[in-house]
Amino acid sequence: MADSDLSVGVVETQYFTFAEPPNEFPLESGDRLGPITLAYESYGALNAQRSNAVLVLHALSGDGHAAGYHVGEERPGWWDAMIGPGKALDTETYFVLCSNVIGGCKGSTGPSSVNPTTGRPYGLAFPHVTIRDMVTAQERLITHLGIDRLLTVIGGSMGGMQVLQWMVAHPHRIRSAIPIATALHHSPQQIAFHEVGRQAIFADPNWRHGDYYGQDPPARGLAVARMVGHITYMSDVSMAEKFGRRVKADQPPFHFGPHFEVEGYLRYRGDHFVQRFDANSYLYITKAIDAFNLLADTRLQDVFKPLRAKILVIAFKSDWLYPAYQSQEIVRACKLAHVDATYCEIPSTYGHDAFLLEVDEETHLITHFLRTVAHNREA
Amino acid sequence: MTSSTPDLEHDTILAWVDRGASVLDLGCGDGALLADLVATKQVTACGIDIDEHAIYQCVARGLSVFHQDLDTGLAEYTDRSFDYVILKQSLQQLRQPTFVLREATRVGRKVIVSIPNFAHYAARFQVFFRGRVPVTPILPYEWYDSPNIHFLSILDFRDFCADQRFRIEKSLFLRRNHAVRVFPNFFAETAIFLLSHSEGSAVMRAIHSGTRVLHPRRDA
Repeated sequence: MADSDLSVGVVETQYFTFAEPPNEFPLESGDRLGPITLAYESYGALNAQRSNAVLVLHALSGDGHAAGYHVGEERPGWWDAMIGPGKALDTETYFVLCSNVIGGCKGSTGPSSVNPTTGRPYGLAFPHVTIRDMVTAQERLITHLGIDRLLTVIGGSMGGMQVLQWMVAHPHRIRSAIPIATALHHSPQQIAFHEVGRQAIFADPNWRHGDYYGQDPPARGLAVARMVGHITYMSDVSMAEKFGRRVKADQPPFHFGPHFEVEGYLRYRGDHFVQRFDANSYLYITKAIDAFNLLADTRLQDVFKPLRAKILVIAFKSDWLYPAYQSQEIVRACKLAHVDATYCEIPSTYGHDAFLLEVDEETHLITHFLRTVAHNREA
Repeated sequence: MTSSTPDLEHDTILAWVDRGASVLDLGCGDGALLADLVATKQVTACGIDIDEHAIYQCVARGLSVFHQDLDTGLAEYTDRSFDYVILKQSLQQLRQPTFVLREATRVGRKVIVSIPNFAHYAARFQVFFRGRVPVTPILPYEWYDSPNIHFLSILDFRDFCADQRFRIEKSLFLRRNHAVRVFPNFFAETAIFLLSHSEGSAVMRAIHSGTRVLHPRRDA
């Protein structure tokens, strides 16, 4: 019953196009890209002082549709549990924005977009994009919307990396930041899991070096990549609770069908994913995540030096993909730079997925934190 | 917003902290003390606690807190980062009280420590006549569920400070919200100390602990 009351309702994606040639967008790689379109959504209203804007940053497979419903769809946006009237990001109070990253495939410019110089999809001709490029593009968007300073930037996983990039690159344009289940850089283990996913796509004959648009896409390869991903997003405990060793009655054990429920689940998630995601985007975005490194040419004590924003760092105990020690390193950097920070390690059994699922604890922390930030005028 | 029931330990710590100071509370619990310090003394407050429910309560009070095990130390803080470091009823619960108190005196100009006095007469009575580990209003735990893993008296703490070269600048002893002036080690349930560096303490502590002296000239 109450669910519809708490929803932002029917929403529509909007588009912002910039960097029209000859003023292409300079990428971190040195390449130039333009024009660029960002697909974004907004919920709630910007106040007269333009001081209540919250930027939500999505993870690897997310998009700009963070809350509410698109016409004719039954599933709400990916963080609907956190965004809406009376929720953690309360749309009665805040103006909430979320944009699809560049390199993505949900309306923003990426490898499946048409290359204006050839009239065909970019494929592997798309330049390498980085987390910094994603954030620089978002900064153009908020400038376009007339917002000088964001009340907060918030996101988990790759979204958290974008939050950290905002803290480093645009410290004066944020009053606070909430990086969740993320890291200053990927560990070799994290890179390794991504590489397995990429290799699965490369090994699919339909991939054709990225030139598959208009033909059969590399669905098997992308599905396997997604299956590996899902394993890393869950925990031993959450898998045991969700599937146990339960079997599907109609599948004999030795015919390599999806005999165990966990097998069926992974196949379902893999097959479902290929209908909504582009394999080349998966390659480009995982590479951007792996390449992200805020400590590449800065020491830990200097990384957040000019920052005056208030920070809330959240980690989850059972998250073995982005272990709590990586969040603690972010906290250490904040302490060393005398940045006003709060750290909470939420006890959860959901693994990395906890940032999407532990709604009650996150809501409590974020609600009070944002209230403090909004109350503190000097921040 | 001082709490309605009088709490002389709480109020003493409030009184001892200078207005506008920076405060780090080690084992800050629900943040009641820090929140009062912010409200009445306009301090810059920061807390550390190992219990996530404490963190939730502190965040609800608008405090900045770290969910962390104190026994892992305060390595990220440079010397004298805070005007005050507070350990209110938390020292006896730490696995490494010596290490943590050394760290506290390094990062804080002053350290406020409050402890339960295990040599209080009610506790002595229970040990001596009943032959049982004391359970009293300030030591309300059975042996098997007590968070207190070290047992000390006021005299023990004085010896400890002398040994570690922590200078006791001020102390106050309490029994049921009243100050105790005679035989505190017998009559007081709680003791509050204000500690500071003694001369050459950093060097001496480094020698004791075998750690590197970070700024020998400052203290020597």
